[in-house]
Amino acid sequence: MNLLHFINAFFGDGAHWHGYNGIPTRVGEHVGYTLQALAIAALIALPVGLVTGHYGRGGNVLAMIAVAGRALPTFGLLVLMTLLVGFGMVNVMTPLVVLAVPPILVTTYEAMRSVDPSPVDAARGMGMSEAGVLFQVELPAALPLILGGLRSGAIQIVSTATIAAYVSLGGLGRYIVDGLYQRDYEKVVGGATLVAGLALVTLAVFWALGRFAVSRGVRQRA
Amino acid sequence: MFGVLIRIDSVTKRYPDGTVAVDRLSLEIPDRSITVLVGPSGCGKTTTLRMINRMVEPTEGTILLDGQDILQQPVNTLRRSMGYVIQNAGLFQHRTILDNIATVPRLLGWGKDRARGRARELMERVGLDAALAKRYPYQLSGGQQQRVGVARALAADPPVLLMDEPFSAVDPVVRKGLQDELLRIQAELGKTIVFVTHDIDEAVKLGTMVAVLRTGGRLAQYAPPAELLSAPADAFVEDFLGADRGIRRLSFFPATGLALLTTPIVAVDATAEQIAARATGEAPYLLVTDLDGRPLGWSEPHELTAGSIDPGRLLSHGRPFVPGTDSLRAALDCAVLSPTGWAVAVGADGRATGVVSQQTIAEAIRGAHAAVPTDAPAPHSLAKGGPADAKVAG
Repeated sequence: MNLLHFINAFFGDGAHWHGYNGIPTRVGEHVGYTLQALAIAALIALPVGLVTGHYGRGGNVLAMIAVAGRALPTFGLLVLMTLLVGFGMVNVMTPLVVLAVPPILVTTYEAMRSVDPSPVDAARGMGMSEAGVLFQVELPAALPLILGGLRSGAIQIVSTATIAAYVSLGGLGRYIVDGLYQRDYEKVVGGATLVAGLALVTLAVFWALGRFAVSRGVRQRA
Repeated sequence: MFGVLIRIDSVTKRYPDGTVAVDRLSLEIPDRSITVLVGPSGCGKTTTLRMINRMVEPTEGTILLDGQDILQQPVNTLRRSMGYVIQNAGLFQHRTILDNIATVPRLLGWGKDRARGRARELMERVGLDAALAKRYPYQLSGGQQQRVGVARALAADPPVLLMDEPFSAVDPVVRKGLQDELLRIQAELGKTIVFVTHDIDEAVKLGTMVAVLRTGGRLAQYAPPAELLSAPADAFVEDFLGADRGIRRLSFFPATGLALLTTPIVAVDATAEQIAARATGEAPYLLVTDLDGRPLGWSEPHELTAGSIDPGRLLSHGRPFVPGTDSLRAALDCAVLSPTGWAVAVGADGRATGVVSQQTIAEAIRGAHAAVPTDAPAPHSLAKGGPADAKVAG
C-alpha cells in the first residue's frame, strides 16, 4: 500500500502541478527530448534501412552496427559525452539516438526483406521505377513492421530519457534523481509512474498511427 | 497468316557462374496470337519470357519488337507497353482491386478518375463483379486474384501480354475457367500473348504456336499444337507430350462429320407401337428422352413397357457431346464412358439429335487420320487459326 500512498500523495499535491518543476513542464521536456531523439534516430536509420533492405545488401554490416549500438552502455556514453563536449543537449541526445537506431535500422531492413517478392516483381515488370517500387510497393507492405521498430525505439527513448537529469537537464528524470538525492520517495515514485504512463501513451500513439497509416489490405494480413 | 511481332534471334543467357539458362534460342512470335513456351523445370522458359521485357538481360543475341531492338527504348517505357502477369498474381495488398488494375495507366500519367474508369471496364472484361472494386486482394479467391492480375496487365491496352505460369497456382476447375476466359478475351482483343507453362495440356489448349524447350535452354520443337501432337520432332518432345497424345490430338478434329442415327430414340411416353418401330436392330439399345427431347438414359427395347417407363431404371447415357462445337475427342469420350458403348449427340439446347456407336467414331478417326498424313500438320479448321476462332473444347 506504500506505493499507492506515494503515488496518491505525489499527484494529490497541488504544488506538483505548476511551476518550472511542475508535472506539465517536466512531461513537456521529456516528450521534447523523446521526439527530438526519435526524429534524429529515424532520420539516420530509416533511409539506411529502406535502401539496404530494398537492394538486399549490407545486412551483415547492419547487424554488426546494431550489436555494437546495443552493446554501448547508455549511461557510460552519457558520461563520456559530457566529458568530451560538456553539459548540453548533444551529450544527452547522443546516447538516446545510439539506443534507438539499432531497433529502427534492423527492423526496417528486415521489414523490407520480408516483403512478398511477387508484387515487387510484378511492379518492376509493369515498368515502375525503382523509387516507385520502394515507396509504392515495398514501403506500404513493410509499414506495420517498420512502425514496430519505431515503436521499440520510441519506448526505449522514453524510458531512458530520464538520464538527462543526471547532467542537469530537465524531464521526468528530474523527479527520480532529485527524489533519490533528497530521499523523497514520493517524488521518485511519482516520476517513475509518469515515465511508465508516458511509455503506455507512446504505445497508444503508435497503435493509432498504425490504424491511420497502414492500408486495410495490409493490416488484415499482418 | 500474321506478321511477326517479336523476333528472338539466337539469344543466350549465361549467368556469371557459367550456368546457361537459354542457349542460342531463336523464335518468331506471331502477331495477335498466343505463343506458349513449355518445358520441364530449368528449360529456360521463364528466363526467355523475362528477357522480352528486360527483367533479364540476354548475354548474347537480340530481341526485336516490331522490328526494333528492345534495347533501344528506355526499359520502363518498354515494360509499360507489355502487360505482365505472374504466377501468384502479385497484387499490391495495400491497394484496392480498382487501384491495382489502374496501376499502369497511372504510371503512364493518366488522371485518377480516367484510370479508375478504365479499371472498371477491365473488371467487366475479365468477368469480375463490379462490387469487388473497393475490396482488397486478401478478400478475393485465388482465381479472382488472377483475374485481377490479367485485368491489371491489360489496363493500358498494351499490344503484348507476357504471362508467366499465370494459372498454375489455382485448382484445376478454376484453371479451366481462367483458360477459357483467356481464349475469350483473346478472341475479343487479339493481343500478342507469350505464355509460359510447364503443363503441356495447357500449352496445347491455349497455344496458336507452341515452343517446347528442353533442359539447358534449347528449343526442341516450335509448331502449332496439332502438328506437335501428330509429329513430335524427337523422343524428348514425344515423351514430354505424354502417353495419350493420340487421344489428345483428336481435339483438333471436329465431330460434325459423324453419321448420327436418329431411329433408336424414343420419348418417355412412347407407345408400344413406337417402341417396336424404333427397335429396328440398328442399335441394340434405345435412348429414352424426356418430353422435351432431352436424353434420360439407355435401355434394351424389350425392357421398355409402354406407358410405364421408369427413368430411374435406365442406363446412364454419360455426358453427351455437341457435334457443332465439340471435337472427336469429346465424342469418343462420351462413347467410352457410356455403358452401352454409344455416344449421345445433343444440340446447343440439350435435346438429343442422334446417337453414334464407338465403331462409327473409330471409323471417323481413321478417316480423319487418312485425310491428314501423320507427318504433316493436322487441319487448322478447329485449331486457333486466328484470334476470332474459338478453340474446340478438349
